[in-house]
Amino acid sequence: MKRLLSAFIFFAVIVVTWEWLVRKGVWSPVLVPSPLDVLKYLAGAIRDGSMIDASFVTLKRLLLGYFTGLLLGLPLGLLNARFKFCQDTIGLLALGIQTLPSVCFAPLALLWFGLTETAMFSIVVMGSLWSVLLATDAGVRSVPPIYMRAARTMGSRGFHTWFAVILPAALPFIVSGMKQGWAFAWRSLMAAEIYITVLSGSGLGLLLHYGRELSALDQVFGIMLVIIAIGLLTDRLFFAPFERFLHRRWGLGNR
Amino acid sequence: MMSIQAELQNAPPEKLVCNQVSKTFKTQRGSVLALDRVSLSVQEGEFVCLVGPSGCGKSTLLNIIAGLEQPDSGRVESSGQPVTDAGRDRMMMFQESALFPWLDVMGNVLFGLRLKPGLNNKERRDVAEFYIRLVGLEKFKRSNIHELSCGMTQRVALARALAPNPRVLLMDEPFAALDALTREQLYGDLQRIWQERRKTIVFVTHNVREAACLGDRVVLFSPHPGRVQEQFLVKLPRPRDINTVALAEYATEITRALKRHLKPETGEVAE
Repeated sequence: MKRLLSAFIFFAVIVVTWEWLVRKGVWSPVLVPSPLDVLKYLAGAIRDGSMIDASFVTLKRLLLGYFTGLLLGLPLGLLNARFKFCQDTIGLLALGIQTLPSVCFAPLALLWFGLTETAMFSIVVMGSLWSVLLATDAGVRSVPPIYMRAARTMGSRGFHTWFAVILPAALPFIVSGMKQGWAFAWRSLMAAEIYITVLSGSGLGLLLHYGRELSALDQVFGIMLVIIAIGLLTDRLFFAPFERFLHRRWGLGNR
Repeated sequence: MMSIQAELQNAPPEKLVCNQVSKTFKTQRGSVLALDRVSLSVQEGEFVCLVGPSGCGKSTLLNIIAGLEQPDSGRVESSGQPVTDAGRDRMMMFQESALFPWLDVMGNVLFGLRLKPGLNNKERRDVAEFYIRLVGLEKFKRSNIHELSCGMTQRVALARALAPNPRVLLMDEPFAALDALTREQLYGDLQRIWQERRKTIVFVTHNVREAACLGDRVVLFSPHPGRVQEQFLVKLPRPRDINTVALAEYATEITRALKRHLKPETGEVAE
């Protein structure tokens, strides 16, 4: 409760100072809109549905691409850790591609797929897939062999060992890989949406881009706030439960 | 103290038999003969301690009995059946607890039981609770592993090893990382549980006093190559206290024998 209060006071002070500085004319309203204007824009955009539509388009792209990356990355990571052949081939490829910021796939995706959802999709997949793959690989490799030995004496073999021992033991690594993959996917999607105009749907990135073109600073600020809010919400709703579990069981982290 | 050969003339049936077991490890400096034609038999219900300095192959022998490693030559039998793989009849307890951090105490003890056919879930829980009570941790059955002290973790590991009701318990220096006081408590608990549950125990340690305190028989190993040098029967009433004079006398004699078998250049003498 005390922490909530200090957070509230902190942000309240920022907003009030911001409003005050704009009203005093210290900051030009052309460059910095007042918080009230931003709020008005947000309320209007929500009422006319454009904000909801854009958020929906963006989230759909993100979730589709991210979960595809996850579904591909997890098993590939497991194969990588299990077979030397995979490690020497896919593993090396992953290591190489992971160093490439995934927005660098945008030109290629454009030429291959044109101004389509597929282009967006492939960029998001590229953002998440390799992080998840490499983290799963590293996680599995770091499982202490003694866990496998103990499980074996208790009668665990093959698939049971993989699902009941190796995967859960690698969970701390996998979760951090999932978070990293999420961050990469989210960043590359935003860059791609600003950079590429796809006719089948305008996401938050495009609205942000229009905001700049129209010099509508209230829109720019508003969209930025929404993007931050989505990032925060995902962290709290999707990753926090995993992290709470890790903290409770392993005693990791500090939540 | 008397020689084991005479004692074994009229022995009860053998639970574990190791016959001429050899094992070589390849290292960067060449191959090391970890076990050189080691033969050992353990009777049903016996508590045998394998003692020796590090590198004498005692843990390797334990792993081979567990079925986690295969010997290069020689044969291991458990209840007359050749050992080819790990099995529920021979449970292993390790120096580090090897407990699974993603499960709580109950989940860890249940792990082996879940893999044991012929029980329903209710029965499995009851069995798990029985063993958690047996090691004195009923208040902690919902605790996470990282919240437990070292001694408590080893108690959970013991409960987990006992839960599938193996006939043989293989223990690889399970108390080496504990402080002296906790260790003494666990000596008492282990002796009590061994007597109550009538298990056959093979216990590896480099601590001679510990071996004399726990074992019916102490088997002395020497390193390079790993061989059985001598065996001692410890004839003291149970439960034994590690701090008694009688026990110290046994330990002194075993230590003396241990030093005799160590070549001076190999160094490292057990306490």
